[in-house]
Amino acid sequence: MNKFNNIKSIPAHIPLINVDTDMIIPKQFLKTIKRTGLGKSLFYEMRYDENGKVVKDFILNNEPYSKSKILLAGKNFGCGSSREHAPWALLDFGIRCVISASYADIFYNNCFNNGILPIKLDEKAIEELSDYCKRKEEIEIQLENQQILYGNKSIKFDLDSAKKKRLLEGLNDIDMSLKKTTAITEYENKIKKNKPWISRNDKS
Amino acid sequence: MPKTLYDKIWEDHVVDQQPDGTCLLYVDRHLVHEVTSPQAFEGLRMHKRTVRCPELTLAVPDHNVPTTDRSKGIVDTESKIQVDTLRNNCKEFNIQLFDVNDKRQGIVHIIGPEQGFTQPGTVIVCGDSHTATHGAFGSLAFGIGTSEVEHVLATQTLIQKKSKNLRINVNGKLPLGVTAKDVILKIIGTIGTAGGTGYVIEFAGDVITYLSVENRMTICNMTIEAGARAGLIAPDEKTFEYFKNRPMAPKGDDWNKALAYWKTLFSDKGCKFDKEINIVGKDIEPLVTWGTSPQDVSPISGTVPDPEKETNKEKKNAMYRSLEYMGLKPNMKISDIKVDTIFIGSCTNGRIEDLRVAANLLKGKKIAKDVTAMVVPGSGLVKDQAEKEGLDKIFKEAGFQWREPGCSMCLAMNDDKLKSKERCASTSNRNFEGRQGRGGRTHLVSPGMAVAAAIHGYLSDVRKIN
Repeated sequence: MNKFNNIKSIPAHIPLINVDTDMIIPKQFLKTIKRTGLGKSLFYEMRYDENGKVVKDFILNNEPYSKSKILLAGKNFGCGSSREHAPWALLDFGIRCVISASYADIFYNNCFNNGILPIKLDEKAIEELSDYCKRKEEIEIQLENQQILYGNKSIKFDLDSAKKKRLLEGLNDIDMSLKKTTAITEYENKIKKNKPWISRNDKS
Repeated sequence: MPKTLYDKIWEDHVVDQQPDGTCLLYVDRHLVHEVTSPQAFEGLRMHKRTVRCPELTLAVPDHNVPTTDRSKGIVDTESKIQVDTLRNNCKEFNIQLFDVNDKRQGIVHIIGPEQGFTQPGTVIVCGDSHTATHGAFGSLAFGIGTSEVEHVLATQTLIQKKSKNLRINVNGKLPLGVTAKDVILKIIGTIGTAGGTGYVIEFAGDVITYLSVENRMTICNMTIEAGARAGLIAPDEKTFEYFKNRPMAPKGDDWNKALAYWKTLFSDKGCKFDKEINIVGKDIEPLVTWGTSPQDVSPISGTVPDPEKETNKEKKNAMYRSLEYMGLKPNMKISDIKVDTIFIGSCTNGRIEDLRVAANLLKGKKIAKDVTAMVVPGSGLVKDQAEKEGLDKIFKEAGFQWREPGCSMCLAMNDDKLKSKERCASTSNRNFEGRQGRGGRTHLVSPGMAVAAAIHGYLSDVRKIN
């Protein structure tokens, strides 16, 4: 996974609440067996009309937002299915940071496994940022300092320290967990004794 | 200290805990389907990793499978590749698979309990948000992303932080014609689609106790639509009875040991919940959704809400957007909404009890002219059982199509999809824009309400079927 460095970009604002993962990437694109190539289908039904033509007034279809690395969105972003295709599509489009008042839990976790930073801010701060967005000016996300710089102002954001470390260092969860194989084996030995049915004796 | 059911299961599965509370949680059962697993297996291959416990994983294709004649295989090239990929991955990594033509094939959340693979007190995960379904048996079950699927395959564990405890008590008794589906829609309508975010929900109260285990699955299934990753119901005698003699359930001495453990799975008297919500059972009516979020519910006797009466600007805008998408006018009667399609099936309502309720109401009646209706059983075994009971004949004689098992029109990844502006009374779980096909309009209902709509051609009150 790529390390997360500071990001500077003009944010794209999608002021909808409850944006679900079906909206982010519709099901027909879930038939892929790859993680890449989904960026062109991000927000497909909002970006393209029923004949596949580009919808001109959709924000991500227009400069400078077509190159945005930061997405500002309404609350409860990413609700619905567990499809990791949603963060894959965002990432493939170029989005490295989402800012919202709240996220659905599964989507939120999926972001960190793909080097995307989902920032939670209170609704007042979101409102201020969305006002600022109208200027079409760059804002900067500083992960190390946990702050967003815009104009001559800044907003701090909270983040779980373990999740922050993973993004900063581009750590792979599986590598880290495999280092705990001894503890896993010990746990398995314990349940073999205490809960023997867990190890599927029905198969023998 | 008294513990909640969630506390007990959680603590019993902690392999390792960091000072900041991040845990490595053991996974007892892992379900896999074709859509969210290919990249996980590819990841294993890329890093030359193996599957730690292949016997704790069970795989089935369900999202992409055709529900019509399967003798010619899967026509759609991409769908075929995905199902073939699952087959090859299972073979390579030695994972048990119920293939397309296996009688036991079906929706992943229906076959798990059906086989006894799902069990009380276990941690169950699957790359699918409706994994919450399995919580109906007192297992901590939740959906995960594909990276996490890979993590589980490689380590049989997951990195997790504990959620908060929320208990929803549904008290009293349900009026006639009101079902588990109405209860969960009522809950989502009350707390909203983000109401459960950050929590694991335990459902309790007389109504829940009274429900059959299959109906409890309908409740837990849609926990994710209330924002919580997992829903839990304490196992009881009904649960234990359900598992007796299931193919993958514990046998002999293991059964006795398991049963003794299962009987410890309840929230202790005096335990603390971070939040508690009470719902009055007798106040629940048969419900339908009018909008594009599962929280947009209205009683069948009600009207489409008026966005002008909403004071919150964001919500008002969302309502206008929903009504435009749904082709509805504010204040119109719900029962004046004409439907084109009826879908009975999905992991929410595709079990034998759902089909029995629907068939019983449909007996001797015909579906309305211009309505297309289909039943998609949740598994091959559900389909077999229904046919043994003659339910298929009732459906077919009424004008329903009787299909092969799978996810089908719940998410429309196969050919079963709505056309633009087509309106569907659906027993599934999501009414999102485009969910059942681009431009398609979904009204979530119970199986009985789906039958009422099929007979009348309009969203209708199940209590008024003669």
